Amino acid sequence: MTTRDTDWDGVRLHVVTGKGGTGKTTVAGALALALAHGGRKVLLIETEGRQGIAQLFDRPPLPYGERKIAIGLGEPDDGRDPGGDVYALAIDPEGALLDYLHMFYNMRSAGIALTKLGLVDFATTIAPGLSDVLVTGKATEAARRKKSGRFVYDCVVLDAPPTGRIGRFLNVTAEVSGLAKVGPIRTHADTVANVIKSPQTAVHFVSTLEEMPVQETLDGIAELRGIAGMQVGGIVINMARPAVLSREELKASADVEGMARALASAGLHTTDTLAAALADELAEHARHVELQDRERSELEAAGPPIYELPMIAEGIDLAALHRLAAELRDQGAA
Amino acid sequence: MSEPQGREAAWTEERATSDEGRRQAKAPRRRAAGSMSAGNPRLDMDRIIDDRRTRIIVCCGSGGVGKTTAAAAIGLRAAERGRQVCVLTVDPARRLAQSMGLTSLDNTPRLVEGVSDENGGSLHAMMLDMKRTFDEIVEAHADPARAAQILANPFYQSLSSSFAGTQEYMAMEKLGQLRRSDEWDLIVVDTPPSRSALDFLDAPERLGRFLDGRLIRVLASPVKAGRPVTRVLNVGFSMMTSALTKLLGAQVLRDAQTFISAFDTMFGGFRERAEATYRLLQAPGTSFLVVAAPEPDALREASYFVERLDEERMPLGGLILNRVHTLPAIRLSAARSLAAAETLEGIIPNGRGVPAEANDYSVTAAALRLHAEWMNLGEREQRVAGAFTSAHPAVPIAEVPALPVDVHDLAGLRRIGDSLALP
Repeated sequence: MTTRDTDWDGVRLHVVTGKGGTGKTTVAGALALALAHGGRKVLLIETEGRQGIAQLFDRPPLPYGERKIAIGLGEPDDGRDPGGDVYALAIDPEGALLDYLHMFYNMRSAGIALTKLGLVDFATTIAPGLSDVLVTGKATEAARRKKSGRFVYDCVVLDAPPTGRIGRFLNVTAEVSGLAKVGPIRTHADTVANVIKSPQTAVHFVSTLEEMPVQETLDGIAELRGIAGMQVGGIVINMARPAVLSREELKASADVEGMARALASAGLHTTDTLAAALADELAEHARHVELQDRERSELEAAGPPIYELPMIAEGIDLAALHRLAAELRDQGAA
Repeated sequence: MSEPQGREAAWTEERATSDEGRRQAKAPRRRAAGSMSAGNPRLDMDRIIDDRRTRIIVCCGSGGVGKTTAAAAIGLRAAERGRQVCVLTVDPARRLAQSMGLTSLDNTPRLVEGVSDENGGSLHAMMLDMKRTFDEIVEAHADPARAAQILANPFYQSLSSSFAGTQEYMAMEKLGQLRRSDEWDLIVVDTPPSRSALDFLDAPERLGRFLDGRLIRVLASPVKAGRPVTRVLNVGFSMMTSALTKLLGAQVLRDAQTFISAFDTMFGGFRERAEATYRLLQAPGTSFLVVAAPEPDALREASYFVERLDEERMPLGGLILNRVHTLPAIRLSAARSLAAAETLEGIIPNGRGVPAEANDYSVTAAALRLHAEWMNLGEREQRVAGAFTSAHPAVPIAEVPALPVDVHDLAGLRRIGDSLALP
């Protein structure tokens, strides 16, 4: 793919979802790095209390607070762009509730006392949507936060719950309306919904090229399209295994004898068995590529722009994360 | 039935030998076939499912690792080896559900067609409907008028359909019901999708504690005329209600209070039920299988879970390492493979030989690069698995190879069942 303008220029809140096991947190981290260019400040938020971001960026566990964790990608071939800053925040419902009580009622210490009484557990229990509203509320607050007339963060990346839960997680108004018909939480939910259901927010789906994740992605996209105002962002195909030869070359069955001769000229021994084994591996790969192509075309038919990240066989470390971020930037996602 | 007597006796003896043996089901000290879990004993799935004393198998693990598929494959294998099996699944992928003939979420075990009954076994499968299960508990424990009142309460409706933890509680509740009905001699349960495998163990207690707890009683007290509230509770109570009213509005609080007073007689029961099922999970007839993919996150969760089972004295059957990329049969290292690819790629531009030969060279170079990538992936998975096996060297492990396509039929489930058995 060629370099393009950023596909999501007006977006301030990037929500990243995906089926479990597709690498949602990795993609969210890479996206945050990619967005942090030209001195921009990006906040990466995690919501599931498992310290995935800290592990990804090789940092000690994050406290409830916004911390700088990385320097973003600079523009290529431009020494003047030093990159931007990536901040991270791990939200838990309890911290978000205390924040809320503090921000709206100035009752932080009372809030802490109530936590000891078990209030937070209780409140989030009797109103199941409450913790989602508090978490999305924190994310939208960060996206809108201003200091002396300027936005504090240029954008916010939210590592959201898995695809199966994303509709409910984001559709905060519907979720609390069953419970809170009036009252401050309802008002709060409406404010949050105004940000989430606006062009400022895009929901990106992470999928691998396998049946189940693709199906969940398609279901999730359909679900979000059914909610007025919600903007489906891009589809990030993760852990794709690029074809080593053209589709035509893969279709043709390998000439084992020719391969054996080639292996011999590369200085290898037992070339007959080796060539046969390699030909089998190629055939297996061809089958895999064909299956991947089928899943990819299903995703393409869904409509949103597609970005593709390669499988990194060595595993994800900081260097790999930067590589993925560069891919996202080069493909126009950031 | 298919288990010879002698082996049965040996198994009992082995079980009794040590505390270690009780906690971590003994498998023969045969080494795993693959090199990935070379130090750990190989999980002997057939031994677990053929042992008539195994009455419950729980498949747990973090999201996206293939728990449901593993549960279905184990259920099918056990049925075809002569057990009367019920698979209780919580949130199956559509096509997997179809493969077992499950078309709707109706909370009733359905007979799965196409299962061999050669050994006298059968397979039923059901999908959990958590709201229906909750409703049934209410209907069973309250008179019709009160039950109707509870079911219509908005607070009850959101609690029963969306409280995080209700699903786990109801899965355990259903498991307890199926077990007590004694219609099946083996129940295979797949735990609800959640980030953390531990949720399955913790959530029911949380719901039980919540429904049974002091807080809810304090909250309920004002609608009960004439019950004096102690002064200490009163202070706490007004603080609570004022905070809750601020948060949620007065209506929510009123709904909750109405619900609580209607629900009052059932509260104690909830905690007791959760505790009874929990004890069932600690009984020797239960076997936990932890499912994980060879990824750091999934294996870290698996580690937590294995340690937790140990603390709770719950019987661990072993680890199922799913979606393993097995190393290619040929022993050509990634480094040598890459070096050879580079050599060939260096020859091509020199224009040596005929065009057909150049094509062989480029195809071979590509195959060598592919092979190197494959080796790297397999070696990385081995490293990741090594972190688990070195911490838990006694946990029996079975590896299931990564399949290019998802499972959609019984034949696919059988293949997975085969890879779970000893070679």
